[in-house]
Amino acid sequence: MATDQALHGLDRLELAPPPPGRDFGRIARTLWRAAWPKLLAVALVLGIWELVTLTGWKHYVLKGPGPVFADLWDQMQHAQLWSTIGVTLRAAALGYGAALIIGSVVGMLVARIPPLRAAIGSIITGLQSMPSVAWTPFGIILFGENTAAIMFVVILGAAPSIANGLITGVDYTPPLLLRAGRAMGLRGLVLYRYLILPASLPAYVAGLKQAWAFAWRSLMAAELFVSIIGQVSIGQQLNVDQQDLDFAGASSMIVVILVIGIVVDTVFTKIDLAIRRRRGLLEQTPSP
Amino acid sequence: MSLGNRQAAPPETAPGASAFPDASGGRQEPVRSGQEAVRLTGVSKRYGTGGRSVLALDQVSLSVYRGEFVCLIGASGCGKSTLLSLVAGLDAPTAGEVSVGGRRVAMMFQEPGLLPWLTAAGNVELALRARGVPKAERRQRAGELLRMVRLDGFAGRRPHELSGGMRQRVALARALAQDADVLLMDEPFGALDAMTRDLLHEELSRICAGPALTVLFVTHNVREAVRLGDRVVVLSSRPGRVIEQYRVPGDWSRGIDSAQTVKLAGTITERLRGEMGRHGY
Repeated sequence: MATDQALHGLDRLELAPPPPGRDFGRIARTLWRAAWPKLLAVALVLGIWELVTLTGWKHYVLKGPGPVFADLWDQMQHAQLWSTIGVTLRAAALGYGAALIIGSVVGMLVARIPPLRAAIGSIITGLQSMPSVAWTPFGIILFGENTAAIMFVVILGAAPSIANGLITGVDYTPPLLLRAGRAMGLRGLVLYRYLILPASLPAYVAGLKQAWAFAWRSLMAAELFVSIIGQVSIGQQLNVDQQDLDFAGASSMIVVILVIGIVVDTVFTKIDLAIRRRRGLLEQTPSP
Repeated sequence: MSLGNRQAAPPETAPGASAFPDASGGRQEPVRSGQEAVRLTGVSKRYGTGGRSVLALDQVSLSVYRGEFVCLIGASGCGKSTLLSLVAGLDAPTAGEVSVGGRRVAMMFQEPGLLPWLTAAGNVELALRARGVPKAERRQRAGELLRMVRLDGFAGRRPHELSGGMRQRVALARALAQDADVLLMDEPFGALDAMTRDLLHEELSRICAGPALTVLFVTHNVREAVRLGDRVVVLSSRPGRVIEQYRVPGDWSRGIDSAQTVKLAGTITERLRGEMGRHGY
């Protein structure tokens, strides 16, 4: 049939040509393009650090990158560091998990129920801008120096961002899609399940990512304050290093905190990018 | 579709519908048909209240018969889209009555409005799910519908991987998935280039042929209206009223450039210009 053939031809002409296949040279180039600015920045920081050390400023405590990384390497040979990291990561997972559930449920309710929105919508935003470290003394008063106090601070730090992400996602569901959904006969909970929630996913993930940054900060703050007998966390180790004036030890902890924060953030960024790519929200990267 | 063999039905009551001028300029008897699929009786729609309100539709009466393809045409502000929203039940008239006799109504817009996280097949399957088709049947049915709009082979693509014309065909498959008796189309090809539009006209004519599907198609493209419609209804602007109806004989050659299409389109364009002139200086 002529129409059929013409239509198929048009379809082919209108579609973008398929992306170039996997080619290791190309992948290596892409990786290098992404990596060299970061490597340069790290080198710059280490260079300035070394220079400051060489000037002899505060030479009685300050140590250069060499001794600090030697200390970190040494610590990595011992179980103590890994158990410290384990304690902190476990607290992070528990606190973030609880914040995830609480933030999602509250966000969902606030998005769906207008009076609730009027009542606590602005409180959530307010909580988000509150430095959660301020909750630490409050948590210790309420729960004592134990894990519950730490959880309390982490949840208050992270849950508002998660709730806000979800609320924003629901609010900014494209009206065009809503209209299409209604015309299709989707109503009530089904409309939420199959249209509004999937449409909110990018904003929700952005909220999750922000919540991780807040959770990690809150956790470090809470651990500095709260010492639990028999459990050495990263924050407590930092506290001990402070009392011992152990510059190398404290620096090692800072590096550990930084690395964990960046690694988890990268995971969220990857998820975010994958969702955007799936939905065609990323601009086509121009080929070199 | 032949209009001649339709059975007697309640006569048209629309103000401008007492007679249908056909292409040769003569007056004909009103179209009568077996069953009214959509009936608007004295429908008015006013947006807002008080002095700043706008009367979008004024006393519109119109019947669309089962299996008929009716094109609504008019200049800006004639309330074409409002009329479709009323028929779709997305909005309620201020006065008058809109009846679809319990028929299922599906709607298509100028933008495809596909869900970007679902594949072409997924979008069609969601419409099937919305109408309660069991899971086992959905996949197969979606495949059939995509084949109907000649998109078999693209079932797994997401909307952003398709061209504008292809997306609109997925939207058509999705509308058909609702197994509606009445299909409302609001300038569905308005954003497409002329060549794609021309091909889609042929596809749409093929899909909508037969007595089952009743179509109410809004456009501002006069030739498109003549190309597709069994009947072209011209609306006035601000407020929207039915001012004229043209029957397009079923035995016409329906190409967008056929002499008959062009001639009738010319006549309708003249009528529309006259109407627009009313709002000029």
